[in-house]
Amino acid sequence: MTMTIHVDIVSAEQEIYSGLAEMVFAPAEMGQVGIAPRHASLITNLVPGEVRVKINEKEDYAYYVSGGVLEVQPHIVTVLADTAIRAKDIDEAAALEAKAKAEEALQNKTGKADYAKAQAQLAEAMMQLRTLDRLRKRTS
Amino acid sequence: MAVGKEIRSQISSIKNTQKITRAMEMVAASKMRKTKDKMEATRPYSKKISQIIRHLAQANPEYQHPFLIEKEVNRVGVIVITSDRGLCGGLNSNLFRKLVIQFRDWEKEGKEVDLCAIGSKGASFFNGIGANLTGQVTKLGDTPHLNDIIGIIKLMLDAFYDEKIDALYVAHNEFVNTMTQKPVLTRLLPVAAGELEDELQAQGHWDYIYEPDAKEVLNNLLTRYIESIVYQGLVENNACEQAARMVAMKSASDNAGNIIGELQLVYNKARQAAITQEISEIVSGAAAV
Repeated sequence: MTMTIHVDIVSAEQEIYSGLAEMVFAPAEMGQVGIAPRHASLITNLVPGEVRVKINEKEDYAYYVSGGVLEVQPHIVTVLADTAIRAKDIDEAAALEAKAKAEEALQNKTGKADYAKAQAQLAEAMMQLRTLDRLRKRTS
Repeated sequence: MAVGKEIRSQISSIKNTQKITRAMEMVAASKMRKTKDKMEATRPYSKKISQIIRHLAQANPEYQHPFLIEKEVNRVGVIVITSDRGLCGGLNSNLFRKLVIQFRDWEKEGKEVDLCAIGSKGASFFNGIGANLTGQVTKLGDTPHLNDIIGIIKLMLDAFYDEKIDALYVAHNEFVNTMTQKPVLTRLLPVAAGELEDELQAQGHWDYIYEPDAKEVLNNLLTRYIESIVYQGLVENNACEQAARMVAMKSASDNAGNIIGELQLVYNKARQAAITQEISEIVSGAAAV
């Protein structure tokens, strides 16, 4: 019987693969790596590419990752896959967008405040009308 | 028959409302199942990643990442996760109440608060009370993706790196069960040491081979760790939203049923009175002839 290693591939949104395999291939930052059972403990960043799990001679499982982290312990391999394409500029752009939205909302705040104010005034007017109504009923 | 026309139209309008609330209840019930599954699906990742960070912290004590260092807190960052839509009972307002009380305490201690909002309700609430809102993302829908919130988290992490904030919290609703949702405020940064240090002693000392180096890997991992916690909060809050909406809509439908019953009674009485009156008029008319 051939030796096997336990492989877990997970992303933040779901579990992708979990099971035994003969070997795992992954696109590490310093070059493609192949992990066999009893590999030394290793931790490395991944670059976009294909993670391939060789389950046995016949079966293969491939999964595309856009980055992430590979952790190896002698009997367990864990791939923390990114679901998003990560690059410094893209992250930066997303951060700026979130900030811009908040600033925009802040500028529109006067509009929203006006709305709230109008609502309060409307409620007040309604109450006055109701009181008038009651007074009229009492006098008639 | 002209009797009780107003009551009849009132009954039919309430019936329409009841139809809507009942439909919303059923939609929320089916969505809740989906969002709950999604919530379960995020667990393996955060479990794995916290395991790895624990290993790293143990294997590599000489390198201190800024995320792991405790320091005096003068300014606090909070990421508030709320729903995008209303009609879900007291879900959001309970969270706001908890936060406002906490903010007041922080204010007393002289700490300032920076906010980031995920979800429209939180964004408009904190804009309305004039809080310091530095970022927001809204309209993420029922199946949010991690890329939707990367930007806003980076905003807060950058602020932490630049020492604009000294601690980072995340606030969201915790899914206890279908009937109960609990607002919680959890500290993300600095990463609580106790959280990482349990079950450390059992294994012997060993270290990883790092590629390219420990600092870079740890950097990468901690960012993802924070992101995964916030993402988990987001999907959990989503499940809470659907559960809360389901319960709120159920009670709304029940109330509508009660009101319809009462109105029906009033209507029947009025009709009966009208018939009795008509008969007595006819009888007295016949007697007079």
